[in-house]
Amino acid sequence: MSGSSVNPARTTAVPPDRAAAVSPGRTGPARSRRAGLAPVLVSALVAALAACGGVGSGGGGGGEKSGGGASLTTMGFGLPDEIATVRVEAFKKARPDVALQINEGQFDEQAFLSAIAAGNPPDVVYLPRDRIGGYAARGAIQPLDGCVTEQGIPTGDFYPAAQQQVKYDGKWYGMPEFYNSIVLVVNDKAAKDAGIDPAGIDTSDWDRLAELAGKMTRAKGGTIERFGFYPKLPEFLPLWAKANGADILSADGRTSRLDDPKVTEALAYAHRLVEAQGGWTKLKAFTDTFDYFGEGNPFAKDQIGAMLTEQFVVTAMAGTTPDVAITVLPFKDRRGNPVNNVGGNAWVIPKGARNPDAACAWVKTMTAADTWIAAARARADKRAQEGKAYTGTYTGNAKADEVIFSEIVKPSGRKAFDDAVKVIRSVQQAGFVVPQSAAAAEFRKAWEDAALRVLQGDQKAADALDRAHAEGQKAIDEATS
Amino acid sequence: MRRLRPETRWAYVFVLPWLIGLVLFQAGPMVASLVLSFTDYDLIGSPEFAGTANYARMMEDPKVARAIGNTVVYTLLHVPLAIALALALALVLNRVTGRAAGAFRTIFYLPSMTPYVAVGVLFLFLLNGQAGVVNQFLALFGVEGPQWTTDPDWILMGIVLMSLWNLGSTTIILFAALRNVPRELSEAAMIDGAGPWQRFRAVTLPMISSALFFVVIINTITSLQMFDQVYTMFFGNQTAQQSYGDAALFYVVYLFQQAFQFLRMGYASALAWVLFLVIAIITLVQVKVGNRLVYYEAEEHAG
Repeated sequence: MSGSSVNPARTTAVPPDRAAAVSPGRTGPARSRRAGLAPVLVSALVAALAACGGVGSGGGGGGEKSGGGASLTTMGFGLPDEIATVRVEAFKKARPDVALQINEGQFDEQAFLSAIAAGNPPDVVYLPRDRIGGYAARGAIQPLDGCVTEQGIPTGDFYPAAQQQVKYDGKWYGMPEFYNSIVLVVNDKAAKDAGIDPAGIDTSDWDRLAELAGKMTRAKGGTIERFGFYPKLPEFLPLWAKANGADILSADGRTSRLDDPKVTEALAYAHRLVEAQGGWTKLKAFTDTFDYFGEGNPFAKDQIGAMLTEQFVVTAMAGTTPDVAITVLPFKDRRGNPVNNVGGNAWVIPKGARNPDAACAWVKTMTAADTWIAAARARADKRAQEGKAYTGTYTGNAKADEVIFSEIVKPSGRKAFDDAVKVIRSVQQAGFVVPQSAAAAEFRKAWEDAALRVLQGDQKAADALDRAHAEGQKAIDEATS
Repeated sequence: MRRLRPETRWAYVFVLPWLIGLVLFQAGPMVASLVLSFTDYDLIGSPEFAGTANYARMMEDPKVARAIGNTVVYTLLHVPLAIALALALALVLNRVTGRAAGAFRTIFYLPSMTPYVAVGVLFLFLLNGQAGVVNQFLALFGVEGPQWTTDPDWILMGIVLMSLWNLGSTTIILFAALRNVPRELSEAAMIDGAGPWQRFRAVTLPMISSALFFVVIINTITSLQMFDQVYTMFFGNQTAQQSYGDAALFYVVYLFQQAFQFLRMGYASALAWVLFLVIAIITLVQVKVGNRLVYYEAEEHAG
């Protein structure tokens, strides 16, 4: 056999699974260059072997599209729990003719792009919503407007902020899955040590918040024992800007607003908070030791006074440390209204997908209200069997959430978590997103680096953001020109 | 064309699989990347010719300068330290005789069996400024250790410290060279009244200079291409990427980011070719300098 006769596009040989099953929102295991390249090589090898096998050897490697049964290959999605498996079963029931191939593992940009470049993409991909703009602008993923009309996807069911995040240039490019909200989680013990009622904490008064942060911090020598108030910079800069009444990007995604003095003010304030509590280098090293999803989470270990975080940290604690004394509150802007920077994953269909029809059916099924409700029921049953509280599944589908939180989620008797569910539900409508842009990745990198330079003490907030503004705008202009 | 002898022909047949691999998987992609370095290519659309724009961009890119700076500082620190330590270990190994020798050789080599990615993760824990073992050790002496993993002034030092974990292969190469130093030379020097240091300087060092030269070149090249551990530690996931800034930005890490994060394949190819040329030049200089300093046994017979 000579290598040149192999056309990898002819078989649907796909990268093997990436071992780790993934739960939404958690950062997965680190990737290495070799791990990233391996699947490409492996798929090339499998393709070569399949070609050696000659005609009619199908059924082994991965369904050929010949004849009746079509195949559907997914990427970036795992089956860690019933929320995933129940919905996959729903699809299998709806489309028994489709041979489903789920390649478990977290979304890997390199594997994804290599597959597209090689002309051998998966049919449907599960990836973070904030990356959609860049892929859409480059033509790596397809618009789904046809899919929406043909199969009648009720897009109005999705939360407005989730809808906004899966659209680019007025077209649908994905359908949203989860809907992660940001809330303020307070460690009751820290608040009581500071002589404050945790429920009375209000983030709209920045002077008092700084004072409280100082009171809740504990340090011994050079070692931090408790981080008073963790503002979650650099990643939450858009949230802090919004709390100060500013957006970092124009609604059309074409003009950077990083030079807005209100953004500078917010960053400078958050930086002062960090400095007053021991400085970035120590606090960052301290937070690097946290395990948010285990029994030794920083609230159980009294290592955090209060922090801004996505709601899945709270729901994880309901399972791992149900007796932990926490209070969940909305993060309020300086006028006293809740602000919430939402995010999550989405299903997209890459350019060159071989079975876009089945892919569309998949996207529809996975994000449909009925499917979510069935999955939530399965989760609630399982939690009940384990004797644990079910704190809800926060989907991107508002219609599903209506049913889940009115019919399936029952008060658990643990006040902290029952109240938390109410707070999370209440801030969902305040959800906002940074608008999609053609240079989403570069723009994000620009402001993250700027915030980091400020935290590390290299630059003042105004200078750092001026530079980020220039870098970000340049990247957007280059990508849209 | 001259007729090949049957043995030669068979030799080529046996080498053929490797040659095919070389052309397909090494030479082919290299030529492709050279072509791509003169284009604007995002992996998805087709490449567009861009002339030398990618190379011009490198000159202006402050991050390239930062990445080169970090990589050079790392190389200058790592190579001498690694070789001095490895040589010291090899000398110790060379003194161990009998049954224990094999066991020690294995133990010294064991760290090299750890995958780079695991080493990266491990050292992220060990070096953590708040809870890491390294600072706990320093605290025993009343020293408040630096924040190795988060302080931009100390990140590079932490990486150098970590890099000294993988001395196994360098140690083994030097150890093999030490074993080949003829005992009679040392004994003759001893009879002439040379002390241990003199024997090491005048006999051992010249006799192992070719091996030393080899490990200097290999270590320099791998230092300039440093990637796996650093990427795992400071760029491995989205949270990490937004947490450490440019303090750990090595040249190949930047190249990888440009290629696979920002999809600037043309620019990344240009970066790769510049690195290739720089390594070629450095190696050439090392060979030229090495020729004056290295002793090869074969020369004796030739001259």
